[in-house]
Amino acid sequence: MTPARKKRLYLVLLMILGIGTAVALAVTAFDENLMFYYTPSEIVAGEAPVDHPFRMGGLVTAGSVKRQSEGLTVQFDVTDNDKLVTVEYTGILPDLFREGQGIITRGRLRPDGVFVADEVLAKHDENYMPPEVAESLKTVHSGADDPGGVTP
Amino acid sequence: MTPELGQFALILALCLAVVQATLPLIGTYTGSRQWMSVASTAAWGQFTFLSISLGCLIYAFVNNDFSVTYVANNSNTLLPTIYKVSAVWGAHEGSLLLWVFMLGAWGVAVAALSGKLPAVVRARVLSVMGMVGVGFLLFLLLTSNPFERLFPAPLEGRDLNPLLQDPGLAIHPPMLYMGYVGFSVAFSFALAALLGGKLDAAWARWSRPWTTVAWVSLTIGITLGSWWAYNELGWGGWWFWDPVENASFMPWLVGTALVHSLAVTEKRGAFKSWTVLLAITAFSMSLLGTFLVRSGVLTSVHAFATDPGRGIFILAFLCIVIGGSLVVYAWRAPAVTGGGRFDFVSRETLLLANNVLLVIVAALILLGTLFPLIYDALELGKISVGFPWFNKMFVSFMPLLIVVMGIGPIARWKRQDPAELAKHLRIAFIVSLLVGIVFALPMLPGASPLAGLGIGLAAWLVTSLATSLADRLRHKRGLAAVWRDITVQGRSYYGMVLAHLGMASAVVGVTLVSLHGMEKDVRLSPGQALEMSGYTFVFEGVESHQGPNYRADRGRVRVLRADEEIALLQPEKRTYTVQTKPMTEAAIDVRPTRDLYVSLGEPVGGGDWSVRVYYKPFVRWIWLGGILMALGGLLAVSDRRYRLPARSRHGVEAGTSPAGQEATG
Repeated sequence: MTPARKKRLYLVLLMILGIGTAVALAVTAFDENLMFYYTPSEIVAGEAPVDHPFRMGGLVTAGSVKRQSEGLTVQFDVTDNDKLVTVEYTGILPDLFREGQGIITRGRLRPDGVFVADEVLAKHDENYMPPEVAESLKTVHSGADDPGGVTP
Repeated sequence: MTPELGQFALILALCLAVVQATLPLIGTYTGSRQWMSVASTAAWGQFTFLSISLGCLIYAFVNNDFSVTYVANNSNTLLPTIYKVSAVWGAHEGSLLLWVFMLGAWGVAVAALSGKLPAVVRARVLSVMGMVGVGFLLFLLLTSNPFERLFPAPLEGRDLNPLLQDPGLAIHPPMLYMGYVGFSVAFSFALAALLGGKLDAAWARWSRPWTTVAWVSLTIGITLGSWWAYNELGWGGWWFWDPVENASFMPWLVGTALVHSLAVTEKRGAFKSWTVLLAITAFSMSLLGTFLVRSGVLTSVHAFATDPGRGIFILAFLCIVIGGSLVVYAWRAPAVTGGGRFDFVSRETLLLANNVLLVIVAALILLGTLFPLIYDALELGKISVGFPWFNKMFVSFMPLLIVVMGIGPIARWKRQDPAELAKHLRIAFIVSLLVGIVFALPMLPGASPLAGLGIGLAAWLVTSLATSLADRLRHKRGLAAVWRDITVQGRSYYGMVLAHLGMASAVVGVTLVSLHGMEKDVRLSPGQALEMSGYTFVFEGVESHQGPNYRADRGRVRVLRADEEIALLQPEKRTYTVQTKPMTEAAIDVRPTRDLYVSLGEPVGGGDWSVRVYYKPFVRWIWLGGILMALGGLLAVSDRRYRLPARSRHGVEAGTSPAGQEATG
């Protein structure tokens, strides 16, 4: 091999090494950091894993927000207009959190069926519905047209 | 009447953009000077009409013309005038108009400042910019008309989103767009050079200042965005890996690679094809960012009112831009001959490593941003890629980049003796290693291996820059000579030093605030105190307060250190009268080495409030880093070699070519 070719080979090998490392790192880290999204109905049906982080979204049910007299723990129900899941969160809720609002929350499901959230997101814009939430609500609405379907 | 005038001006601007895109380009093939010279006239005309259009929209906002839908949705009679103006770019339609206006401004700047360019090159560059303009003007007119009328006109507008009523946000989008759009100039230069089949040092020297200015704007835009999020969102975060943030960060990374690769192309004539590809990529990333933000395909905290039609338009535009430019690339690039040779150990190789690393990081961020989309499209379920993933990717590659950053400025072009290099950097290496070890020592409060790594790397940047400076100044005698070197001879070198120091500052900030920042959400009764990181926060309760267009609950928090009061913080919870949206105004006590950050949550009963208290060490250093980088870029752009006529430089083909004479003749 001429020195010029050898040099080029080194450079190419170095680049392949870099890109290979990047891909390997990216994929292995994906395993731990990909978070699935479940609707309250899926959780009630037992499709969501227990004690493993995932995201859930829906509407905050009117009148369901309960605050403990000590500390900052708050409980509320989230619904996709079909099933309810109780969420427990300790901390400060976002400014736009309110009853009837579409939210997305991240956390783990306790064996007793309560979703323990470590993050609650409501969006910048109050007219804005997170796409996942909008979609899960729609499916339920269309289900209501079927005989025997759930009431919206 | 004014809104119609604005819209009419937009249509005229579109017509002129079409002229600018076609006639000069045809002229370059037929050799017609007249046709080529149409380009700059058209650019000026386009800019004039865009200014009129933007002026009309500002006029509508200032005069509360709620018969315009966009104004009715984003303004209000009570809104302070300064925010009426910034509300122009507070939502999709207006910000797109601002975007197109910026594009027009860049076009005029190129037309006005490129007198030294060969007429053919200038015509090609402006023509490509015209094409980009056509795309965006069509997008604006077809899908997002800011002048659409509303009938019947409401008496009162729906007000600007309170989050956007902040001085930082008045200038953040314009700077960001300056950067995004600025890459279209680098893109146009690259395509023009490809079309002309001449990728030489002259081309690199012409596009360098433009690329750097675009990069500087983007740097400032991102820095402001981060600072705004920290101030306004009330949760004290300065970076969230949100798709919209990523959308601005990816072009920045690729743009950074481009700035460095252009240096190699200018100085050594190497990396030509790669530089062209980077220019195309940087602009495509800007477009992709626009697509992601405005189409609503991704869940993001930045909720632009979205519309699938817009998404499809931008996607089509993106395909045309990327596809078209790659076709030109495939067609012309094989004609590009290899540049200067270089050894395995040389500055060229180190800059190549810089480029590869930056592009890898950008590609990873792209992957993480798009992965939820891909997953959803394959119907594998809805997922999101967590914050930790991005951090992990970033932290895996940045240290390597910083190591290379230290060596690069010291290494010689073309060939570097590795032993000599090692000897040269010995002191810098030992010093930074020691600094790293000190910060990793377990007996030091708050020290950890990661802190050692971060601070050690920052020290490496600083010490290696000092080595480089010592080399440069070794033969300068006296302060006057040094000053002359800084102000006259070596601006581009000192620009680099400043920008790299900015990186060191940002690394220190990110490391310390990530590792040693303290955050507590607590429930506090009036009179109750909280201890954190040696500070005592005494909550004194909350009282009502009336603002111009909002009502606020204002808390009082006294901060004590060693029983001495050092600050009174008054965080607010505002409710805006029109949008009835609660807004958190954090109160921050700023010192160079730390921020104390208090924001109010909500009343939780019995006079108690939930309160968020943060201790943020060195957080300002992150933004200081951004400012230093931007200043460095500006200093580099002011280097006199960009202002000298091309022909006075030896070895530059353009100066002696017929085209070059034509331009100045």
